[in-house]
Amino acid sequence: MENALNEKSFQDKIDEGISIEPKDWMPETYRKHVLRQISQHAHSEIIGMQPEGNWITRAPSLRRKMVLLAKVQDEAGHGLYLYSAAESMGVTRDELLDQLHTGKAKYSSIFNYPTLTWADIGAVGWLVDGAAIMNQVMLQRTSYGPYARAMVRICKEESFHQRQGFEIMTVLSEGSSEQKEMAQDALNRWWWPSLMMFGPPDEESPNSANALKWKIKREGNDELRQRFVNQTVPQAAILGLKVPDTDLKWNEAKKGYDFGTPNWAEFKNVISGNGPCNKERIANKIHSHKEGAWVREAAEAYAAKKNKASIAA
Amino acid sequence: MTTQEALFNYCLRLADNHLILGHRLSELCSKGPVLEEDIACTNISLDLIGQANALLQYAASIENNGRNEDDLAFLRHERHFYNSLLSEQPNRDFAFTMVKQFLIDAFNYYLFDELKKSKDLTISALTTKGHKEITYHLRHSSTWIDRLGLGTDESNLRTQNAINELWRFTDDMFVMDEVDKMLITDGIATDLNIIKTKWQNTVNGAFEKANLKIPEKVWMQYGSKQGKHTEHLGFLLAEMQHLHRAYPGVKW
Repeated sequence: MENALNEKSFQDKIDEGISIEPKDWMPETYRKHVLRQISQHAHSEIIGMQPEGNWITRAPSLRRKMVLLAKVQDEAGHGLYLYSAAESMGVTRDELLDQLHTGKAKYSSIFNYPTLTWADIGAVGWLVDGAAIMNQVMLQRTSYGPYARAMVRICKEESFHQRQGFEIMTVLSEGSSEQKEMAQDALNRWWWPSLMMFGPPDEESPNSANALKWKIKREGNDELRQRFVNQTVPQAAILGLKVPDTDLKWNEAKKGYDFGTPNWAEFKNVISGNGPCNKERIANKIHSHKEGAWVREAAEAYAAKKNKASIAA
Repeated sequence: MTTQEALFNYCLRLADNHLILGHRLSELCSKGPVLEEDIACTNISLDLIGQANALLQYAASIENNGRNEDDLAFLRHERHFYNSLLSEQPNRDFAFTMVKQFLIDAFNYYLFDELKKSKDLTISALTTKGHKEITYHLRHSSTWIDRLGLGTDESNLRTQNAINELWRFTDDMFVMDEVDKMLITDGIATDLNIIKTKWQNTVNGAFEKANLKIPEKVWMQYGSKQGKHTEHLGFLLAEMQHLHRAYPGVKW
């Protein structure tokens, strides 16, 4: 009875647009859902540092190198805000990392694709950050307060990321024939995985209904995907690049593009650990975590000694 | 050698020190022992490469021969790089990285502090701005020297090993030649003997406090100011320059 009352007042709050704060009562299913989403999001920022970090030492000009360093540093910062938002739900960062290392927690499957050429850094900024922004703009109004506030900060930086990606693509597509070929190849490889970033179609998405009811998400996967296609296709035209979808066609009636169906079998396969880089991404993460163990121990021991000394004094 | 040639060479030394040290640090991006440290190291790397960029722009303008900062970074060969031998040493483990950072941060801290007074107004402006960032870098690496030296037996041992291995490259930073002499006379460059005294005090003090020792009877290695490097630099440049070199003359 008490629970039913709690649940009603919880849903009323959501419906009135009042944000849910860490100390507020919330259904366990809501808590789990939000926590899973924040944790996935945080891990995506952290794992996402790898495919982009892959080109820092080889960036072709000093300016590009600096912009890329700044961008990857931002991603790490986003991971930090998001881990803090997750910690507000009573888990520790160690627990979250442990879930990532053991494969219990997921991250965006897009980062399991390799960055093979410099143009991939452009495509990741333009398409992957472009798709991420669609989601993140919506999440600034998500019902869980700490998550929404983290997203406000993150969104400010993400639009700069998308612009720098588009700028790389612009320079390449206006460059030599080899550079243009590099840009087209990157678009060919990143287009479909980017569309998959919005998740499976709503009718097949097990979490979509609750997420909308609780205003964790405010728009469905298909709606966001459509908006991304509508926004990105004209950008590809500006670049003089061809979107790799033979079904792509303007639909005057819906004032949007009709487009083909992503290969959802591939999506499921990558999510279940069989993408081109799943093994490497996690192995790298575990490796640096293990390599850093003695450093973390030293820092803890040092802090404990200092603490003891200050108590004694 | 004209003053212009000396100044060009001097700017390359300052720039290369930062570029190569920043590059080594950038190799660690996404590999930090803890997320906060990953962010700090990437940030410091960005500062260093940013300062190198500005110094290379200035070097290119002094040379006035149609080359720009990217030509200087990506199209020079090993024998025309003048970064210190210490800066190009590989990371190996976190103790190596931090000892290297600390020894170079302390050097840069005093060097840039002196160069603020340079009669060359661009050098003065760039080092004034750079010194603010380096002050933070030195605070960061000194804190780690303290933590690692006094943390656990393992961290102390690893840090001591790093000092023992890297110490032989320290004297190379203080070598002076005709370039320095000419520019010191003109009030542009700084006498590195003055820097060395201050550097020694800081390093001795930090190591003593952290229960770390400077190795005795070390045979020093020299050569960076003549572009004679350790074997590591060639591989670093191969990686850094390959894409730029693979597509000559295009824009990025």
